[in-house]
Amino acid sequence: MNRTPCNLALEDGSIFVGQSFGAEGTAAAEVVFNTAMTGYQEILTGPSYCGQIVVMTAPLIGNYGVNPDDVESGKQHLAGFVVRELARRHSNHRASSGLHDYLRAAGVIGLAGVDTRSLTRRLRTFGALRGLISTEITDPAELVGKARASAKMEGRNLVERVMPDGDMVWEPSGGAGRRVVAMDCGIKRNILRRLAEAGCEVRIVPPNRSAESIMESKPQGLIVGNGPGDPAAATDAIEALRPLIGRMPIFGICLGHQLLALALGAKTYKLKFGHHGANHPVLNVETGRVEITSQNHGFAVDIASLESVGGRISHLNLYDRSLEGFEHAERRLFAVQYHPEAAPGPHDSTYLFDRFIAMIGK
Amino acid sequence: MPKREDIKTILVIGSGPIVIGQGCEFDYSGTQACKTLRAEGYRVVLLNSNPATIMTDPEFADRTYVEPIAPQFIDKIMEFERTRGQPIDALLPTLGGQTGLNCAMEAHEQGILGRHGVEVIGASPEAIAKAEDRTLFKEAMQRIGLDVPISGTAHSLDEARQVLSDVGLPCCIRPAYTLGGEGGGFCETMEEFERITARGLSQSRIGEVLIEEGLSGWKEFELEVIRDRRDNFVVVCAIENLDPMGVHTGDSITVAPAQTLTDREYQQMRDSAKAIMREIGVDTGGSNVQFAVCPATGRQVVIEMNPRVSRSSALASKATGYPIAKVAAKLAVGYTLDEIPNDITRTTPASFEPAIDYCVVKIPRWTFEKFPDADETLTTQMKSVGEAMAIGRSFKEAFQKCIRSMEIQRAGFGLDANDRWLVAAHARHAGGEPDAYRSLAERDGAADASIMLGSRQGEAPPDVDESSATHWPIDPQVLRQKLAKPCQGRPYYIRYAFKLGWTVDQVHQLTRIDPWFLDQLAQLVEFESELLSIAAHAPSGAASVREKLSPDLLHKCRSLGYSDQQLAHALRAAAPGAVADDSTDGSCFRMVDTCAAEFEAATPYFYSTTEAPILRIENGSAVRSTERELQVSTAPHVVVIGGGPNRIGQGIEFDYCCVHASMEARRLGYRSVMINSNPETVSTDYDTSDLLFFEPLTHDDVTRVLRAIEAQAPIEGVIVQFGGQTPLNLADSLKQAGAKILGTPPESINLAEDRDEFQQILAEIGLRQPQSGAARNVEEARRIAERLGYPVLIRPSYVLGGRAMELCNNEADLSRYVTRAFAATDRVAASAADTPPVLIDKFLLDATEIDIDAVADYRRPGDDRGDCVVCGIMEHIEQAGIHSGDSACAIPPHSLAPDVVQELQRQTLLLARRLGVCGLMNIQFAIAGGLPYVLEVNPRASRTVPFVSKATGVPWAKVATGVMLGRSLRDCLWDYGVGRWPRPLMTAIKTPVFPFKKFPGVDAVLGPEMRSTGEVMGIDESFGLAFAKAAIAAGLSLPTSGNALVSVNDPDKPRVVPIARELRELGFKLFSTVGTHKALKDAGIPSTIVSKQAGAPEGFLLDLINHGVLDLLINTPVHYGAALEEGRWRAAAAARNLPLITTIAGAQAAVGAIRSLKARGLEKALSVRALQDYAAGLR
Repeated sequence: MNRTPCNLALEDGSIFVGQSFGAEGTAAAEVVFNTAMTGYQEILTGPSYCGQIVVMTAPLIGNYGVNPDDVESGKQHLAGFVVRELARRHSNHRASSGLHDYLRAAGVIGLAGVDTRSLTRRLRTFGALRGLISTEITDPAELVGKARASAKMEGRNLVERVMPDGDMVWEPSGGAGRRVVAMDCGIKRNILRRLAEAGCEVRIVPPNRSAESIMESKPQGLIVGNGPGDPAAATDAIEALRPLIGRMPIFGICLGHQLLALALGAKTYKLKFGHHGANHPVLNVETGRVEITSQNHGFAVDIASLESVGGRISHLNLYDRSLEGFEHAERRLFAVQYHPEAAPGPHDSTYLFDRFIAMIGK
Repeated sequence: MPKREDIKTILVIGSGPIVIGQGCEFDYSGTQACKTLRAEGYRVVLLNSNPATIMTDPEFADRTYVEPIAPQFIDKIMEFERTRGQPIDALLPTLGGQTGLNCAMEAHEQGILGRHGVEVIGASPEAIAKAEDRTLFKEAMQRIGLDVPISGTAHSLDEARQVLSDVGLPCCIRPAYTLGGEGGGFCETMEEFERITARGLSQSRIGEVLIEEGLSGWKEFELEVIRDRRDNFVVVCAIENLDPMGVHTGDSITVAPAQTLTDREYQQMRDSAKAIMREIGVDTGGSNVQFAVCPATGRQVVIEMNPRVSRSSALASKATGYPIAKVAAKLAVGYTLDEIPNDITRTTPASFEPAIDYCVVKIPRWTFEKFPDADETLTTQMKSVGEAMAIGRSFKEAFQKCIRSMEIQRAGFGLDANDRWLVAAHARHAGGEPDAYRSLAERDGAADASIMLGSRQGEAPPDVDESSATHWPIDPQVLRQKLAKPCQGRPYYIRYAFKLGWTVDQVHQLTRIDPWFLDQLAQLVEFESELLSIAAHAPSGAASVREKLSPDLLHKCRSLGYSDQQLAHALRAAAPGAVADDSTDGSCFRMVDTCAAEFEAATPYFYSTTEAPILRIENGSAVRSTERELQVSTAPHVVVIGGGPNRIGQGIEFDYCCVHASMEARRLGYRSVMINSNPETVSTDYDTSDLLFFEPLTHDDVTRVLRAIEAQAPIEGVIVQFGGQTPLNLADSLKQAGAKILGTPPESINLAEDRDEFQQILAEIGLRQPQSGAARNVEEARRIAERLGYPVLIRPSYVLGGRAMELCNNEADLSRYVTRAFAATDRVAASAADTPPVLIDKFLLDATEIDIDAVADYRRPGDDRGDCVVCGIMEHIEQAGIHSGDSACAIPPHSLAPDVVQELQRQTLLLARRLGVCGLMNIQFAIAGGLPYVLEVNPRASRTVPFVSKATGVPWAKVATGVMLGRSLRDCLWDYGVGRWPRPLMTAIKTPVFPFKKFPGVDAVLGPEMRSTGEVMGIDESFGLAFAKAAIAAGLSLPTSGNALVSVNDPDKPRVVPIARELRELGFKLFSTVGTHKALKDAGIPSTIVSKQAGAPEGFLLDLINHGVLDLLINTPVHYGAALEEGRWRAAAAARNLPLITTIAGAQAAVGAIRSLKARGLEKALSVRALQDYAAGLR
């Protein structure tokens, strides 16, 4: 582990000084916190964190190391990773290496030894802030200046940075092959794993693909996955979705939920500090049951605008009553704002995949 | 779903006396439940035999029954309530621990509940049976496809051997329906297997044991979960045990949240727990599910689940801020999780999983010093009597904070006066050795690998001198054994191992503790080298820690949890002194808010930590600061210091007093502040006080809290007299540091402890005391004893529960015990000359002991305007010489003449005025030859305050709090409707409960050193009936017929004659040993002679006990000790739950009770009555 100092400056003028781990360098990004107590490797590899510096509120990170299996994509997308204390030694039977080496290999800047709780309280109070993480710049004024000069999340289309170059096919792990297309705006692997386990052959396409070319493979269902950035800025994806709606069962997750809402004509807005964690209670409006969910989003769908275009609320966040899921029966689509595929997080919402499979039918 | 309207009255069952495995956590959960149910508009009827609980305060239930927790009493209560016109509709059994649950199940099985039409809520009897019955549980787990240890159940030894052929050794024995793993154990050999199985079979309520594959060394986890009737399910907390499988979780160091599970493994565990809750059918409450994880493969197996609130759920509640008992109570009456608000955030629902942004460590507290014969090895049977919890932002910080919360004279993980390594290193340094402070490995290269070779894990190497474990450098063979065999001191031996240069992996091989935890400890040991290199170079002496350490290094020390005391010891310097919140060195208080700061919270619950400062640019330059979370109202604050971890002599009684002090301060308009480190208590509930600080109770930690409050608001004063010895020991130093101590000044408290000055005072006001002297060394002690004449009583000053107090009949006894007495004091002396003396008292033979609690409002010694009220006069049943905490006692006194009572009252007043008592005071008198002698005066709350309060119907601790806050005694009494001399309502008997059953082989005899863990109260109209009830409640079922064995020492022989005669008249068949037989025969009482030795033609006494022939054993000791034959009888009797009486006075009381029971018939004799009835003067 290196003992190089590392700084995180926020646009509000505060600077958190700690020790560097992982890669060295400088990066500017939106700073968000995540309250999950397990699953840092999934967070590191989750494409939705592209363009963000993630602060873990759990204070002891790296305890169980990293392993080759718990990955949600082929790389790490975030700009920086901030922890209270990095484990010097990890311990788990599946671990293949430690966090320091893992981040270093991926070029992600890590910062340890800072007051993550105060940092979190700031983000809660002032909303997600822009920040600059750096092992190179030490002048306080320069750090803050660059943080303030960095790009805002609103209006940023980050999908382009994480989407695949071409099509790929994820084979079913057993059972009859249903053909499903996954629109990949940064889709997490566990969504694909869940579909494959349910016997789907998943064709993964980038979101700039035209409807016609998607329909060529005669898909039985479409899944629109998660991804980073401002959904309203992902205009290609929204345009691609519009002609597909109604032609087959569609399931949206996270960014996919927002994109479908936008494609239907609803609006999205930026949440103050977003939902990032693995403990959010979501009410299933239909059954009255509460699901403990995995969440990672900074934007939400405006409920009134969604209802005005015929969307029906299916799930609500019990923390702030924001929209967590909707459906549109005639158009055979449903979507949730949270992550039913978990990884990290509880498996309470796995039933949504069954529902999607049931909609597709045989 | 809305709450149920079809039930109106709910019976809540508590957990009875404090015993090992069942501490005050069930008072905490039960109190929370009672409050919640009443707030929801239900009528609450409460049953609990423990008078020291907050839940049995009459204001917490509509009807409070302090009666034995047994099915026939449930029956009587249900009958009585029905006849009063408000029948009980439902029974909530899941909040009273295993005792409450077992009792409810028995009442259900006996058809009592059905007969009264009472529904069980919280968990159905079917679900309880499925979770508690080993076979049903295992079948259920297999049905839902979960992995369980290979196992089988047995109801006999033969059956057990059959099962073993499948399971194989090593294996684990778990009896069904026992608490704290009682009667169970881990067996590696056939001999161990046979012995532990036999014990388990006899201790299980249904005579069943589970024999299970040995998972010793696997990682152990617990999930605290809740499920509602809509199938909503949440995990409140995941707890990881530092000590792997093989040590009972109650005896393990535990950590929250779980630290070494990946999300995938954690979610698998969560899924399993959810499936278990569904399968078992717990749909309106909380449970606890335990898992073992194979460290090499990750295989997860389900160990057990408790379908009720448990010790772990109390810990989880305190660790997360999530009120499990409150939520469970609401679920039991029909709500669902999403309908219940989270009290901490107030804006979010209870249907979420707490996010924790700190680390919580719990360390058990053992009291092996009270049971020198007990086996200290930690096994699957719980042995600890209490625990402390600490919160920090890192494991290292929380761990060190927790160690100094233990009240074991350790300031942290090493670097204190008890650190043999440091003592040796300082000596080397003084000897001019340049590398004095470096570890052996650093000095001599890598550790010798050969020390790791040799015999198998945990086996004692030949010729190990155990005492060498306390010397540095410790013998590697001894160290190997200390690491391999779990024991209370293991963390310190791990540190010594690292000091010897052993690696994390080597230590892991021996301890099986996860390498992550070991590396955390290793980091602390390594940091010591960095710290001590400063000590090596700096000149010793004058400079303070602050001068010796750079701000950065001091900050680092603090964030690793080092106490100022450790730093001062390590650097041989003056302590730097506590710092306040918001200081520039990063010291601050953080909130326990259930949500890792995601939402704003309204909680008053805080812990201290140290954070890296944040930089801000102000006017062009960078300013360091630490964010302040603690916001305090500007109203005057009253700070109550709690009692710390439960141990023998200091338990729930003091927590009760602290809670009352806080409640009264709030009632009088102050903001109350609680500081405590015990997670089991009501005092550490987040809504007991206006502010709660979960902190170690050391001078530095407490001052840190005081300074933080003072920075924002005035402090009216600090209450140190209610939490027992722990806060009392802080009184002087807090006062010196400028704190205002409320009530009786520390000087007066010290006066009562100072033998010479106290003697003068007694002489001055004309009171008698047994002749005595104070000795500062062994020789002096011997001279004093000779002058007084034997027998003498020796006792150290400033100790709890008569620690190391002994009765000496001759010089040999004195020599044996007096050294121990010198070492026993809880007060750390500044120098040898300052060592507190050991007191030597002339022992009064055949004296009756009296305990008096009183409240006074004198503002200074000799104050004329003050007043004093005697709260209660308790007459002990056992004679003086048995520790007052171990003696049964009665209110009102059952044998004192009225003029003696008056004289006692007069003397109490004189003492209170002379000492200037302001608040509570306890006096122990001995009455010999009709004259009172003052034995001891404690101007503070005593263990008996809750008992006296319940017996008299007056909340004395609240009255005293008012007085301490400056109100007159008259006004305070007026508030509670009390006249000058409160009269006891009925006869109330307090009976102690002992842990002898948990320490097989320990001599179950009473003496001057306290060994009971808890107490019960029996109330009734006569002494005999009250005594019988108390005995039943204490688990000692007095027989009304059968076989009684009498064997007494010579002085007791004439006195046992009338007792034996009465037993015969009552229809008992008598057995006796040779000497007693002769005494009885001479008095014309026939008895069957039994032999003390095996193989004699007469029956062998030990066989009679072990074969269950006896129903009552009266044995007053000739000698003490488990090594002696009579010690073995008493140990055997305790193990088999045979009623054992070891004093003549106790025997007299017991026979009286048996007579009362027989006279009216058992069923008729014992009636029930609620405290509210007594208060209303009903008969």
